[in-house]
Amino acid sequence: MAPNPQLDENGRLRHLLTIEGLPAELIHTILDTAESFVGVNEREVKKVPLLRGKAIFNLFFEPSTRTRTTFEIAAKRLSADVVNLNIGTSSQTKGETLLDTVDNLAAMGADMFVVRHPESGAAHFIARHVAPHIRVINAGDGRHAHPTQGLLDVFTIRRYKGDFRELSIAIVGDILHSRVARSEIHALRILGVPDLRVVAPRTLLPKGVEELGVTVFHDMARGLKNVDVVMMLRLQNERMRGPLLPSAGEYFKHYGLTPEKLKAAKPDAIVMHPGPMNRGVEIDSSVADGRQAVILPQVTFGIAVRMAVMSLLAGGGGA
Amino acid sequence: MKIHIKGARVIDPASGFDGVADLFIAAGHIVGLGAAPEGFHANRVIEATGLVACPGLVDLSARLREPGFEYKATLESELQAAAAGGVTSLACPPDTDPPLDEPGLIEMLRYRARSLNLARVHPLGALTQKLAGERLAEMAVLREAGCVAFSQAEAPLTDTQVLLRAMEYAATFDLPIWLRPQDPHLARDGVAHDGAVASRLGLRAIPACAETVALSTILLLVRATGARVHLCRLSTRQGVEMVRRARHDGLPVTCDVSIHHLHLCDEDIGWFDTHCRLTPPLRGREDRAALAAGLKEGTIDALCSDHTPVDDDAKQLPFGEAEPGATGLELLLPLTLRWAQEAGLPLVEALARVTSIPARILGIPHGRLAVGAAADICLFDPEGTTRVTPQSLRSQGKNTPFLGQTLPGRVRMTLMDGHVVFEQGGP
Repeated sequence: MAPNPQLDENGRLRHLLTIEGLPAELIHTILDTAESFVGVNEREVKKVPLLRGKAIFNLFFEPSTRTRTTFEIAAKRLSADVVNLNIGTSSQTKGETLLDTVDNLAAMGADMFVVRHPESGAAHFIARHVAPHIRVINAGDGRHAHPTQGLLDVFTIRRYKGDFRELSIAIVGDILHSRVARSEIHALRILGVPDLRVVAPRTLLPKGVEELGVTVFHDMARGLKNVDVVMMLRLQNERMRGPLLPSAGEYFKHYGLTPEKLKAAKPDAIVMHPGPMNRGVEIDSSVADGRQAVILPQVTFGIAVRMAVMSLLAGGGGA
Repeated sequence: MKIHIKGARVIDPASGFDGVADLFIAAGHIVGLGAAPEGFHANRVIEATGLVACPGLVDLSARLREPGFEYKATLESELQAAAAGGVTSLACPPDTDPPLDEPGLIEMLRYRARSLNLARVHPLGALTQKLAGERLAEMAVLREAGCVAFSQAEAPLTDTQVLLRAMEYAATFDLPIWLRPQDPHLARDGVAHDGAVASRLGLRAIPACAETVALSTILLLVRATGARVHLCRLSTRQGVEMVRRARHDGLPVTCDVSIHHLHLCDEDIGWFDTHCRLTPPLRGREDRAALAAGLKEGTIDALCSDHTPVDDDAKQLPFGEAEPGATGLELLLPLTLRWAQEAGLPLVEALARVTSIPARILGIPHGRLAVGAAADICLFDPEGTTRVTPQSLRSQGKNTPFLGQTLPGRVRMTLMDGHVVFEQGGP
């Protein structure tokens, strides 16, 4: 297969488009760099001058609050100038092509694009097109990848659980449509997790998912048995009724994470969710707010991880 | 114009002839093979030692984009591409704008093609009016206007009663129907084969059963009606197996595969290469192997280019938004030769899949080199190569997954009706 276009000829990160194909050392470098930024976020003056004078454009072709905001905060804490563009509601509807949009913004002096787009491969497409000095971060493309989410998830796991090579981890829910799941699977496989499972009904699993290095389960009791980490996925509203699933209620009954179902996991297992949560659909409130949940720390770490990625792409290091 | 082609290795798949012989052409026809007719004086002698002379290629699927899509390609650009590719007869699907569902459109297309005089254009008529899948097109009238067969192209035909009636009606007049088997519901929104590649890249998938479910329906209706059906661009291993059984049972079906599905699979998509955005989608490795085996054993009758020129803007998009299709007329011969090499097949057998057999499916008297036949001839250098670049392609469509590759064989000259429609100088 063609080489991963996000690495340059020396194996350095040129863009962050997917976790697939990243060397384990590079992931650890990103996580170590992120550790140094966690401290910055706890200071009174939460700012470092690493990206001063750089222009970062948040290009969102799909609505998002959380991801866009954390990228914005991360960029501002690195002292970059940030421009937010909600393209779904402006030029694309006027008939401007994606490339024209990107060219115009590049002409305004962009140094980095943070891109979210509903089509898989959109970030790769933009990265192939832009001038060599411009960096692209994929903030979610269709069902394909959401690499900073995958990185913040493994950052969280490393913080709470330590050595990846001894862990059992289950990812639960709508794997088929989930870019988060794909990025998590790649990251955890690269970091050497020996027991990685996906738990979902057949309608929410992509064909040949085993080839990504996971074991498939269709029921929670077996899928969560003795795991160290439970990673829940969001179920989109439009998928709750129709040919994929009969109802949200039936889904919750079989795949919603309740305290009872969580008992199958190890007593000290942590529970993660990329947000935003559908309480009562994929996760019960008592679990979401319970002592095993690390869902809010994920959000906090997300800022440090995104700072690390931006800083490394811009040629800098940690704080 | 009298032409003497001297010293070529003449390959005529229709008769099985394969040997060095001179060809003599007069008044648009082959008048001598081996020995000159008495009193023959050539106006032009073509020195062809080392070259192969085979029948001009017959392509079962080439979109010419007229009328309606002239920004993608024109009749002139695409027929020049045909000539440069050694293709002298081609069938064009009816999915133009407007669709080819009226005799006037067929007559106009044939008139324009005749005046360009570069290749023989055989239009496929629309099976239903406006390709809407509801009312039958005037098939018998369209046949008189020059349609060789009737097709829905890529337009869905969801109503099986309409399909049944179309087959019954076509069978009444012994008109062939060409169908690309695909269940529109199972293929809905899909852009790639349902396999590990689509799962990894997060591309919306088209399962193999989208082909086999439709194929099953078609084959059962053929059994019920006796209609002659040609199956276009098979893509799955299971599809090949179903056609093998249907033919074993004596059903009147034929089928083809495209150069893309014969040589490529979903892995070639790499990191979202829109050149590989094709209809049907590139399938898995095992599917490709089954298609190659099916073509070799004859379950699949013919190889076609599925020539579909697409403008650059329509490919400069994320994979799922890009328009499907690839240019192919100029790659048909080189990719036939590559397949022959890979399959260890004698040239005469490989070339049958792009000459005599598709001509038989079309019901045209071409695709053969015999005294008395029209002088449609492709002269190619089997030791030469074709490098695929945007500059080297005459087609207005520059999009092909084979861009940048060097393929075996090079067309040196193409004759249609006894006149030279393409001629290449040096290497």
